[in-house]
Amino acid sequence: MELSINPILLVASLMVASTPILLAAIGEMVVEKAGVLNLGVEGMMIVGAICGFAIAVETGSPAVGFVAAALGGAILSMLFGFLTQYLLSNQVATGLALTLFGLGLSSLMGQGYVGIKPPSTPKLDIPILGDIPVLGPMIFSHDLMVYISLAIVAGVWAFLKYTRGGLILRAVGESHDAAHALGYNVILVRLAAIGFGGACAGLGGAYLSLVRVPQWTEGMTAGAGWIALAIVVFASWRAGRVLLGAYLFGGITVLQLNLQAAGVAIPVELLSMSPYLITILVLVIISSDRNRAALNAPASLGRSFHASS
Amino acid sequence: MIRLEKRPTPSQTWAYLTPLVAVVATMIAGGILFAFLDKDPVVAIRTIFWDPIFGEFAFYYRGQLLVKAGPLILIAIGLSLGFKAGIWNIGAEGQYIMGAIFGAAVGLAFYPMEARWLIFPLMILAGAFGGFLWAMIPGILKTRFNTNEILVSLLLVYVAESILASMSLGLLRNPEGAGFPGSRNLRQYESAANNELIAGWGMHWGVVAAFIAVIFAYILLSRHIMGFNIRLTGESPRAARFAGVNPNRLILFCLGLSGALAGLAGMFEVAGPAGQISIDFNVGYGFTAIIVAFLGRLHPIGILLAGMLMALTYIGGEAAQASLGLPAAAIQAFQGMLLFFLLAFDVLTNFRVRFGREAAV
Repeated sequence: MELSINPILLVASLMVASTPILLAAIGEMVVEKAGVLNLGVEGMMIVGAICGFAIAVETGSPAVGFVAAALGGAILSMLFGFLTQYLLSNQVATGLALTLFGLGLSSLMGQGYVGIKPPSTPKLDIPILGDIPVLGPMIFSHDLMVYISLAIVAGVWAFLKYTRGGLILRAVGESHDAAHALGYNVILVRLAAIGFGGACAGLGGAYLSLVRVPQWTEGMTAGAGWIALAIVVFASWRAGRVLLGAYLFGGITVLQLNLQAAGVAIPVELLSMSPYLITILVLVIISSDRNRAALNAPASLGRSFHASS
Repeated sequence: MIRLEKRPTPSQTWAYLTPLVAVVATMIAGGILFAFLDKDPVVAIRTIFWDPIFGEFAFYYRGQLLVKAGPLILIAIGLSLGFKAGIWNIGAEGQYIMGAIFGAAVGLAFYPMEARWLIFPLMILAGAFGGFLWAMIPGILKTRFNTNEILVSLLLVYVAESILASMSLGLLRNPEGAGFPGSRNLRQYESAANNELIAGWGMHWGVVAAFIAVIFAYILLSRHIMGFNIRLTGESPRAARFAGVNPNRLILFCLGLSGALAGLAGMFEVAGPAGQISIDFNVGYGFTAIIVAFLGRLHPIGILLAGMLMALTYIGGEAAQASLGLPAAAIQAFQGMLLFFLLAFDVLTNFRVRFGREAAV
């Protein structure tokens, strides 16, 4: 059988496949830049997926669905924020709790929505750019969320690099005691970052259920949240590299799906586990250089802050 | 104005009280959740927590209690050792699957030979080895390449699930199964079956192993230098290094042991209650065990009790599903809530709540 993979379609579907992880990863990067490790990305994503799906079905508008998903993710993340910032619980354990709770809550909420088709998200018809041969269908013919996700990445990059707010956020992440001594409200900054991360994860989840799949099934994120966490490490906490990592990962996902469809003589199971294996491989390569990994990670990552001293 | 004041040492009283308070709070919050689902909260809570032990059909449910608690306790004991030392193995689900595959594969390799004295012990070893091997991957990557063990162990769960699917469709599929996915039923194979030791009790070798693990972990933590090193590393990694604890060896020990125990749990499950390797063999014990470990305060005896309680929510949840039509997912959300409340109330162990303004010093 001849191998027929259309490169134009491949790149086009790559952008769609990457968007959920890109959104979740860029949100988590901001959270980690503020010194908080939220392992609940998977939970927030799946709750976002069902919130977005349910509201989009009820209102008939995907746009309202996406807003609801962002809200849902942010509300759930505030639970994590309250526990870790005010009650000073262990961030790793609380993040895990968020994921376990989110998975349960989402399948509870999604009871009546199995097997329903969501309203379709329209693709943009960009007048001139979309007509360019090859590049047009590749890059300029997606739905709005793809471009919003790219805008969020650019926005995060600019915010962290050029604004005072970004500087404060990074200061809180590097040394919460110093930031506190300078008069910044560490807890408030962190809560804002956690909320942003939750909203992004929710958007990512909704993109899965409304565009990428588009359907609601229990546990449909299938580890996407964890891969987003891995991409943040891979990206060494830089916005540009998050984009690179997410698109690289999306490329692998799409490629393996294409290979499956093309009937290549590689076992299906091996192909379907390849995204996870490659993520692990990339993590190993990135973290094997101890100096670089230690340099880039926010210094206060994962530590609780209590203004007692 | 409410403030938190750090206690000089964690409160013993609250350390014991927190899980109980968390359970009560979860029942209240769960009741509210059930009310939202149009179920009578009092009836729902009674169906989940009371009826399986004291109700009309208790004779059936009591046996199920040990069946469910066995794997949870076995896995949670292993996880708790790592959690104590700050080593986060959250991929027990994958190790559980690999243990089941290894154990079942050894058993099936001998089919239809009858030699229980040889085959069953070999299966136990293979199961533990399978889980150990799967946990060694994050272990070695962590010690060699400094790779985050949380992410690697979790990602390997998805890999293990793919292998499980491949095994039940391919290599381990029952040749006499008319093409249906899934292996031969090990319960019908005398030499490999892990059946109840006393009829109606739910007690099988996996439960026995869980009890042994509890005792073993208790002695390890309170009497053995390794347990001391684990606790020391958790309290202060720097102090532990000065005291001569080799962090890499500790990481490999904790991950390896928790993997082996999770693998054992998987093997006992596949040879007993589950009976066969199938695509949907794993039901999330590896993740629920994380809740069990925390609810049991990472203490062996606590884990024993927490495992029983969590098994009760599983069984009660099934009962409520049958009699009240409570969705299965409600129990999962309920269990997640329990961990939330536990972590929230834990603040009282380490901090004192003060009202009023702080006096200027």
